[in-house]
Amino acid sequence: MSLLEIDNASVFYEDFQALYDLSLKVEEGEIFACIGANGAGKSTLLRTISGVLVPRMGRILFDGQSIDHMPPHKRVELGISMVPEGRRVFPSLSVHENLQIGAWRSRKGPWSTDAVYDMFPLLQPLRKRQASGLSGGEQQALAIGRSLMSNPRLILMDEVSLGLAPVVIKRIYDAFPKLLSSGCTILVVEQDVQHVLTVANHVACFLEGRIALEGEPKDLTTDQITAAYFGV
Amino acid sequence: MDWINAAVQGILLGGLYALFATGLALVFGTMRLVNLAHGDLTVLPAYVALMLVNAFRFNPFYSIPITMVVMFVVGYLLQRGLLNLIVGKGDVAGVIVTFGLSIVIQNALLLAFTANSQGLDAGTVENLSIKVNDRLAIGWLPLIIFLMSLVVITGLQMFLSRTKMGRGFRAISDDTDAARLMGINTKHVWAIAMGVALGIVAIGGVMMGIRTTFDPLLGTQRLIYAFEAVIIGGMGSGWGTLLGGVILGLSQTLGAQAFGSAWSILVGHVVFVAILAFRPQGLLAKTVTT
Repeated sequence: MSLLEIDNASVFYEDFQALYDLSLKVEEGEIFACIGANGAGKSTLLRTISGVLVPRMGRILFDGQSIDHMPPHKRVELGISMVPEGRRVFPSLSVHENLQIGAWRSRKGPWSTDAVYDMFPLLQPLRKRQASGLSGGEQQALAIGRSLMSNPRLILMDEVSLGLAPVVIKRIYDAFPKLLSSGCTILVVEQDVQHVLTVANHVACFLEGRIALEGEPKDLTTDQITAAYFGV
Repeated sequence: MDWINAAVQGILLGGLYALFATGLALVFGTMRLVNLAHGDLTVLPAYVALMLVNAFRFNPFYSIPITMVVMFVVGYLLQRGLLNLIVGKGDVAGVIVTFGLSIVIQNALLLAFTANSQGLDAGTVENLSIKVNDRLAIGWLPLIIFLMSLVVITGLQMFLSRTKMGRGFRAISDDTDAARLMGINTKHVWAIAMGVALGIVAIGGVMMGIRTTFDPLLGTQRLIYAFEAVIIGGMGSGWGTLLGGVILGLSQTLGAQAFGSAWSILVGHVVFVAILAFRPQGLLAKTVTT
C-alpha cells in the first residue's frame, strides 16, 4: 500500500480547473519531486493534500484511509505536514515559539526543538529572535523545522529553494537524508529542476494541470524533461 | 485640589474602560472581527450577576467568578454557533451580523428585565473611601476596579506570552492559514478567544453594575468608549489599552472639571479624535512587518 494515493482528482478554484483527473502514488520513505512551470498545478496539488483545497472529483487516500473531506488540522494529526510556499513563519513569534506552534498537535516521534536546532545549528543562537527579523534562508530553515515538530510521516515542501542563495539551497537539500532517516517521506515541489533531480527517487513533471512525464530521474533524459516542462 | 481629585477619578475610571477595551482588542486581534455587539456583551454580565444575586442573595462580588464562567461559555457558543461563519468573510459581513446581534441582545434584555435602571448592591464598600485630606478622597470601589483591571491585563499578557493557547492566539493573529496548516483548529481557538474576551468583560460589567446603575441600552455608549480606548492605546498592546482607557477617563473627568459636567463625554471624544488625527496607529502600537 502506498503512503499517499491520489485517484483521479479534479481540483478547481471557483470555475477555473487547476488539476485534471490527476493520479499519483507516493511510497513510504521516498523523495517524490513535482516539477513544472509556474501555474502547472504543483502548488494546487500540495494544497489539496494538506486540505486547504477539496477536490471536486476523485479521492485522496493516506495510508489507505480516505481523507478527502478532512480539515487541515486533522491531517496534521494523521502525519501530513506542510512547508508552505513563501515560508509563512509567524512574524511576531520568536524562533522558538514558531517551533512550539509546529508541535501544536504533535505525534510521537524523534523531533523536538533540540533535534531541530541540531539539524539547523544556525537557528540555535536566534531562538529568542522574532521571526520577522530573520533572513530568507533562516526563515526557510525555521519553516522546515516547524513542520517537522509535528513528527510527520509525509512532509510537503512547496518551493523551498525559491529566492534563496545556492549555498543555502544546498544546506536545505543536505538535510533531506536526515529527514528520511527519521521516518519522513518527502513530497517536494520545485521550479528549479537542477537540485531536486539529484536527490529525488521519483519525479513527476506537471504541465497545465496534468502529469506530462513521470518516472525515476535516472530513466529520464534531459530532453524528455525539457519537453515535458515546456510542453513542446 | 479639585483638579487633582478629578485626575485621580479619571485614572480610576480609565481602568474600567480598559477592561471593556481589552476584550474588544483581543477579539479584533485574533480574528479581525469588529464586534459591534461588544458593548451589549458588557451589559449582559451585569444582568447575569443580577439574576444570581436575586437567586442566592449574596454580595455581588461573589457573583463575579460565576458570571465569568457563564460569559466564557456564552462567548464560546456564540463564536462556534454564529460568528465563525463570518470570520474572514470581509468586514461588511462581520459588521452587519454583530450589529444585528447587538439589537437582539438589547431587545432580549428589554423583554426580560424592562427598561428600568437596575443596580447591584454591594453594601457599605460602595461608600467607603480613603480620605487624603478635606478635598480629596479616593473611593474604595473605583480603586478596587482599577487594581482588578491591572491584574486582569497583567494576567492576559502572561497568558498570551507564556501559555500554549496564548501562543496559538498570536500565531492565528499573524497568519491564520499557516496556523491551520500547523494543526491548529482555528474555529475552536477563535471560540476560546471570544470566551476569554467575554470572561474579562464580565469582570468590568459586574463592577460597573456595582458602581452605577445599568439598563439594557447602555451597550452602545460602552462600545464607543472601548473602541476609543483601543485606538488611543494602539492595537496589540495590553498596556496600550490600559493607557488608552486612562487617557479617555482623564479627558472626561478633567473636561468636566474645566467646563462643567455636561462637557465630560464630549471632551473625551474630542481628545480621541485629536489622537486619531495626529497618531492614528495609537500611542503604544506594536506593529510587526514581514
